[in-house]
Amino acid sequence: MIEYLHVRPLPPELWAWKERIEGLARREGLDFFETVFEVIGYDKMNEIAAYGGFPTRYPHWRFGMEYEQLAKSFAYGLSKIYELVINTDPCYAYLLEGNEIVDQKMVMAHVYGHCDFFKNNYYFSQTNRKMVDAMANHATRVRNYMDAHGATQVEEFIDVCLSLENLIDRYRPYIRRTPVEDRGRRRKEDLPDELMGEVAVPRFRAKEYMDEFVNPDDYVEQQKKKKAEEEAKQQRFPRHPERDVLLFLMEHAPLQKWQRNVVGIIRDEAYYFAPQGMTKIMNEGWASYWHSTLMTRYILPAGDGNEFIDYADRHAGTMAMSKGRLNPYKIGLELFRHIEERWDKGQFGKAWDDCDDMAERAQWDKKLGLGREKIFEVRKLYNDVTFLDEFLTPEFCAEQKLFTFSHNRKAGEWQIASREFKAIKQKLLFQLTNQGQPVIEVVDGNFENKNELLLRHLHEGVDLHDEYARETLTNLFRVWKRPVHVATSRKGKGVLVSFDGQKHGERAFDVLV
Amino acid sequence: MSRIKQDHSRFREIVRGRIRQNLKKYISRGELIGKQGNDQVKIPLPQIDPPRFKYDPRDGGGVGQGNGKPGDSLGKGEGEPGEGSGEAGEGEGSKALEVDVTLAELAELLGEELQLPRIEPRGAKQVVTERDRYTGIRNVGPDSLRHFKRTYKEALKRTISTGAFNPQNPLVLPVRHDMRYRTWNTVSSPQSNAVVIYMMDVSGSMGDEQKEIVRIESFWIDTWLRSQYKGIETRYIVHDATAREVDEHTFFHTRESGGTMISSAYSLCADLLERHYPKADWNIYPFHFSDGDNWSVDDTATCMRLLKDKIVPIANQFSYGQVESPYGSGQFIKDLREHFKVGDADCSVVLSEIKDKEQIVRSIKDFLGAGR
Repeated sequence: MIEYLHVRPLPPELWAWKERIEGLARREGLDFFETVFEVIGYDKMNEIAAYGGFPTRYPHWRFGMEYEQLAKSFAYGLSKIYELVINTDPCYAYLLEGNEIVDQKMVMAHVYGHCDFFKNNYYFSQTNRKMVDAMANHATRVRNYMDAHGATQVEEFIDVCLSLENLIDRYRPYIRRTPVEDRGRRRKEDLPDELMGEVAVPRFRAKEYMDEFVNPDDYVEQQKKKKAEEEAKQQRFPRHPERDVLLFLMEHAPLQKWQRNVVGIIRDEAYYFAPQGMTKIMNEGWASYWHSTLMTRYILPAGDGNEFIDYADRHAGTMAMSKGRLNPYKIGLELFRHIEERWDKGQFGKAWDDCDDMAERAQWDKKLGLGREKIFEVRKLYNDVTFLDEFLTPEFCAEQKLFTFSHNRKAGEWQIASREFKAIKQKLLFQLTNQGQPVIEVVDGNFENKNELLLRHLHEGVDLHDEYARETLTNLFRVWKRPVHVATSRKGKGVLVSFDGQKHGERAFDVLV
Repeated sequence: MSRIKQDHSRFREIVRGRIRQNLKKYISRGELIGKQGNDQVKIPLPQIDPPRFKYDPRDGGGVGQGNGKPGDSLGKGEGEPGEGSGEAGEGEGSKALEVDVTLAELAELLGEELQLPRIEPRGAKQVVTERDRYTGIRNVGPDSLRHFKRTYKEALKRTISTGAFNPQNPLVLPVRHDMRYRTWNTVSSPQSNAVVIYMMDVSGSMGDEQKEIVRIESFWIDTWLRSQYKGIETRYIVHDATAREVDEHTFFHTRESGGTMISSAYSLCADLLERHYPKADWNIYPFHFSDGDNWSVDDTATCMRLLKDKIVPIANQFSYGQVESPYGSGQFIKDLREHFKVGDADCSVVLSEIKDKEQIVRSIKDFLGAGR
């Protein structure tokens, strides 16, 4: 373990509460890695938060930018980070110095919810639990590169990588995609035999007895080979579209070794953080469910009663809704409770689905008591997309007053668009799919046989931000070093946006399927 | 330095770089006028975050929570409604970043960008000020200056060394001998005094745009000079046919109109200098802005006489800025050229023509580039 993680022990009062809350959490069935709490001052808290929860990251100005924003908004009293917890084994969690004891209790209960989620949710199963060390190693490597190649050069390259950071294949850790040997460019000598066997070569027409003279065997063989080679040359590379654009660049872009490693570092960290984005609503919902359960059932009633108001105030603050934004804490918590209630009452299955009688539905209670079991199962197997896809109900949307909004260009303002269940669900799922990032994949690494790079945007109804797309291409060019293109569509028309190193171009283009 | 401080200062450095690139734009923004040195100034920076492939935010919209019916407004503008982003996923910062810089920082950037020289105060005119600072200690003095901590320490030392100290009953009694008192040391520091006199023509021929240019320019000159001198004094004079001294606020906000007698301002200026700012003690910087349209040839002659006899000889530099006005003849700057060998090394008159807002920055360089 590295040096700065020698944490200061908790003060006795908090330590006692930690033991108590940990015991309660285990009794309720939560299952987590050992959790280490440390109380830190606001400045340290802002620093660690700026570093994404880690004590050390590679040097980069964007952490400084993050820090400035956090520090400023803390100084102006606009926001305050109560808690920070990272997905590692053991879990590290930070409490803010000077918070009231009731806040700390609530935060600890909340943290155990997160830790349980980290350990058990399927989407975290592939993350590196020793990420603190990995991040520290990344930092050291980047510092070494800076010493060797110049800080500015390395920083500029990191800037470039960061602008491609979101181009990863979020499901890669859980699926076996194309085997590695199939991804690479084919060379002559490793053409597979079966490919050669299938190649049909034009033959001269000849009577059967003349055939071996008109089309001699070795000539035919030669032709077959030549044709197979040509086909291999024309074959798309990569053979299948590749969503892990960073990996593709690592493998095929003309980079120096240190640059390749930097791409690797950015990619590793992007994959590490990806599950947190994929399960934001569930993760916060689950943790809120547990702080609320533990606090209201056990911790507050055991106290002297003075803490109820403070707790209620803090809890309400966390759950506050705003019109322009969905609060993941609120939606997650309510949806978990909704599921628990449904499974407790047996509101699921065919009989429930087939029931059209509203009165009967409202009264429906088979007293199954399966709720707790169900939510534990849900926290294990789902991510935000599947969670909402399966459990969002019209009743829930109405109860939570959900709506969709859109931008009205004429009025120049945002307006409530609809309260239809279907529209809400569709919008939500769209926002959560691929973490609200457009899906971009590499289709051709040898576009038009000129070694140019062709990306494709899988258009799902929303256009790309034009200016950002162009700037991103500029950065991509600095990695690929040959002209780069992205095929997308704008206002329903296929368009190819390109950057050739000098200027951006654009032409009509049909998105390849 | 902690790691985050390094990253943070690197970020500030990048911000400064971006500001410098667009300095002209920020400088010519009128709304900064009236800010003080330590005032925070908000500056929008276009796209400092790494560009990414992302959705056009206006195409998207999102899901919200609360009361209201379809068609109800959630807020104006192009950015995401409410605070933060509408995405339920990670809150990607999609807004243009606004950074805070102090006016002093901005002035410093201006200096760096224009490569303005540090102004050297005239050697002979350095005034040495003496100030008493209570930094010393001695063992006699009045009770009001008694240094409690030091006295106690002495007493403690004595008690321990005489063996009278009892940890169970840690009583320490100071005697006369233990007493320590603060005392002063006299420090002398060279002080450079500078006075800047801004004169502005507010006559009828100066339109609103001309006045705006003058205000912006004198504001930045003022900001820059303040960053160079401690304890700088400024005086403001406005004139049409008559001149009067005004305070800073009036200078930057007044609207008047009338005829033009430049000599009125110059004689008031000469008068001020004579009475308050002896040449031996002060660095003197008169600035005059006008559209160059003076009332009469006679008055111009009076002006030249005043300048030659009373102002130019004692000023570090006399600066005249002429804005182009559709009404003015622009004659005055030509007259000045005739009377002074402008451009010579030993001529301390600097002239600058400012045609529009774009030229403010260049004109500032004209005035301050010499470093006199």
